[in-house]
Amino acid sequence: MEFLLQPLTLVTFFPLLGVLVLLFLPSENKNLLRWTAMITSLLTFGISLWVLGMFTASNPDLQLVAKYDWITVAGWNIQYHMGVDGLSILLVLLTAFLTPISILSTWTAVEERVKDFMIFFLLLEVGMTGVFLAHDLFLFYVFWEFTLVPMYFLIGIWGGPRRIYAAIKFFLYTMAGSILMLLAILWLGIQGGTFSVPELISAGGIPSTIQFWLFLAFTAAFAIKVPMWPLHSWLPDAHVEAPTAGSVILAGVLLKMGTYGFLRFNIPLFPQAALQLAPWIALFATIGILYGAAVSYAQADVKKLVAYSSVSHLGFVMLGMFALNSQGMQGAILQMVNHGLSTGALFLLVGMIYEQTHTREIKVYGGLWKITPILCSMMLIVSLSSMGLPGLNGFVGEFTILLGAWGAGTAGGAFESFGGVWWAALSALGVIMAAIYILYMFQKMFLGPEGSIVAEVKNHGHALRDLNWREIVTIVPILVFIFWIGLYPKPFFDLMGPSVDNLVAALQTAALAMP
Amino acid sequence: MTQVDFYVLLPLILLVAWACVLLLVDLFIPKQRKWLTALLAALGLALTLGFTLSQLGLENTGFKSMVVVDGFSVFVNALLLLSGLLGVALAYGYVKRMGLERGEYYTLMLFSISGMMLMAQAADLITVFLALELLSLPLYVLSAFARPKADSEEAGLKYFLLGAFSSGFVLYGIALVYGATGATSLTGIVAAASAGTSSLLLTIGAALILVGLGFKVAAVPFHMWTPDVYQGAPTAVTAFMAAGAKIAGFAALLRVFATAFPSLAVDMAPVLWAISALTMIIGNLIAISQSDIKRMLAYSSIAHAGYILMAFVPYGNPEVAPVSIAAGLFYLVAYVLTSFGAWGVVIALEQKEGRGLAISNYAGLGKKYPALAAAMTVFMLSLIGFPPTLGLVGKFYLFRAVLSGGYVGLAFIGVVTSLISAYYYLRVVVTMYMHEGEPETEREFWLGLTTAGTALVTVIVSLMPQGLFAWASEAVLKLF
Repeated sequence: MEFLLQPLTLVTFFPLLGVLVLLFLPSENKNLLRWTAMITSLLTFGISLWVLGMFTASNPDLQLVAKYDWITVAGWNIQYHMGVDGLSILLVLLTAFLTPISILSTWTAVEERVKDFMIFFLLLEVGMTGVFLAHDLFLFYVFWEFTLVPMYFLIGIWGGPRRIYAAIKFFLYTMAGSILMLLAILWLGIQGGTFSVPELISAGGIPSTIQFWLFLAFTAAFAIKVPMWPLHSWLPDAHVEAPTAGSVILAGVLLKMGTYGFLRFNIPLFPQAALQLAPWIALFATIGILYGAAVSYAQADVKKLVAYSSVSHLGFVMLGMFALNSQGMQGAILQMVNHGLSTGALFLLVGMIYEQTHTREIKVYGGLWKITPILCSMMLIVSLSSMGLPGLNGFVGEFTILLGAWGAGTAGGAFESFGGVWWAALSALGVIMAAIYILYMFQKMFLGPEGSIVAEVKNHGHALRDLNWREIVTIVPILVFIFWIGLYPKPFFDLMGPSVDNLVAALQTAALAMP
Repeated sequence: MTQVDFYVLLPLILLVAWACVLLLVDLFIPKQRKWLTALLAALGLALTLGFTLSQLGLENTGFKSMVVVDGFSVFVNALLLLSGLLGVALAYGYVKRMGLERGEYYTLMLFSISGMMLMAQAADLITVFLALELLSLPLYVLSAFARPKADSEEAGLKYFLLGAFSSGFVLYGIALVYGATGATSLTGIVAAASAGTSSLLLTIGAALILVGLGFKVAAVPFHMWTPDVYQGAPTAVTAFMAAGAKIAGFAALLRVFATAFPSLAVDMAPVLWAISALTMIIGNLIAISQSDIKRMLAYSSIAHAGYILMAFVPYGNPEVAPVSIAAGLFYLVAYVLTSFGAWGVVIALEQKEGRGLAISNYAGLGKKYPALAAAMTVFMLSLIGFPPTLGLVGKFYLFRAVLSGGYVGLAFIGVVTSLISAYYYLRVVVTMYMHEGEPETEREFWLGLTTAGTALVTVIVSLMPQGLFAWASEAVLKLF
């Protein structure tokens, strides 16, 4: 049982302790339930900081490895294998950081079945952290599929009017991708005699035609999760119907599981296929950037607008990653974190308004700045961060990605056919479009003449109020990071640098071996 | 009868004797105390289970090679006896509540189980047929046990007529095999076949046996009886039948084909491939449109027969077959546990006159009875093949075996149909948690224990499957 005391086991499974406590608490005492979940998630965040403290940034390999035999009979070779490196450390921290914030945001928003809500939320945290830390394909698959279950309940029970449709669509869509990945995982396990990812990578030697198919099978799972255009149609439904905290986690962490999957499995396991298919992924990513931005602009529902903006932002992440050079990948990882922070905060703020007005239609809003100045100034910062204003986090990520994409296929790139300049130029258009739809949303909702909703809320007997202390405390930690990454991103890049360089070097070796 | 004969069949003899005595003893148990009969039946099953487990590691034949005991038979018998115990636990409160409390119920169950056990130990086609009849006849009666309810009588009659028909197929198949090889013992057949008498007659005979056993395990296209019988029979009987008859059918199929017909693998593999694929596709597709939980689970049980059949497709390939059959056995365990649990929940919600059986009756269960709903969620996830349940581990094992055998297409059909199945299993979850309603349930100790127990085991064993894996792969070692 010594494996229970491994730092990575603790950070993953600690929320289960909270679940266990919650099970035995009375469901009437809602604040007790909330505090239990809150403290559990804060302690988990504490453990994640402890993990960060033990993490050596200059070491590109897996660290704090916990490796135990799990199922080793009958030709099986499955291990409990957890480890953290530069590719995953930030995402683990992001998960542990966003979970307490989301729980705090539900304080008054979730009044029904609080106990079940908190249990599902903590279970979700276990699944997400596990996904980022697992290095055995079977273990990874278990965590990966497991995240679906609590999220499905969160959307389906506490969601909006079309929640059931959205929940089932989310579940089936994601599962459709995963089952193809399952076949690919099994194939790898049979051929390699192990499910351990590092061992499979170092063994290598998968013929390039088979790499191609396996790459596609993994892509099916990850591209749906990201979601990449044209597989994104579940996302707006899930986002719009999910409760605020669900949207935050969905945008903030769950989508990153897809991009992380590409980085962790697709690229290192099938480097030749990755090199071969990178232009195609870049094409779809660029289409996603432009399409997402254009469709965002057309939305009448603010949550849908933010949802489509995610399609656009994650297009950047994919583009940077498949530039397959150090800048692109580092930008991609940072942008994953950025998107988690900015879009998470956007959903939180939208949720805080929605809690008072119960409508998400942009056109009924207007002139809120005078009534709710704190909310609006925070919204402004987050919006500017989301559209990539220099000095805030979004800019750093997008700029690095565009640099990476520009350089792909030229001297520093791992291969020739990418045509990076064109993709960079096209997707830079996406940055401009982001400015348009976000400023448009901001202007309609918070500036100009007073919208009809202000009067309507008054008719119901209470005026719109500004953020209270709890809500401010929810947002401020995110704002801190928005500025920190925007002004001084070096520590973040330092964390991931060595691991990314390692991966790029491996790719270059693979490129040389290509026929 | 020598001592060896006796010891080979010891558990079976004990169970049959126990059943006969129970039949007599039951006469003297007053109507208010029928719980005593249930208790005695459970005791008999538990004792037999003990004797069965004492046979672990034993390899022997008895009665002039008519029956055999080996790792495989012990594994299957243990699983059958476990199903028997679960079946008694589910039936105990149910028969009382539905006014079906008659002592024969448990005796018939014991007789049926002894038939199933004989099936797992059969080493001769004649024994297979004998076992088939011994397991089926009590099941026909049990299906009609809720007489004079028309549904139940219809179920009994339908099962009997179609079952008799399928027995005919098996018997005719045996006759043809005998004609081709001059032997009915499995070893005799394989010896004759390898001596070069592999003929069309033998192939046809084997195919007819496949038809008959395919009927017992409810494989498409021999599944037509399943939904009606499962729906009409008293639910406790259905739960037992869905597990027991399937285990026994697969055990016989496996034993007969792996031992006697390895030479036919080239001809049989495509047939098994097609049956398995069709069973998965049709079972899952039709289940989508069901609104009655019993019918839905009936189609789900058809679909799962398809998954288990996947494991049989590479039975002629000596490199893959042991892994694949072990995977089949493991999946069988996963299915039996999950299915008993799910039927347990169905029984908890069933009211008199067949009320409470629509899926819509499950609305609001998550709010009102969170533990029951959580258990049902575990079962549904396990049937889909989702973590953290035994269903996922089982499917992982199964698909891996099928892929190792080179049947990528079949594995693909398997995963796609799993996806389809997610839709209708999730509908139960949706109804329980996301619709408002006032469900009525029956609280009963043994039923609760069975449901909670199977749910816990489904989760826990999925996290620690090592032991079961090892046992399953050891059980099939000597078959090949």
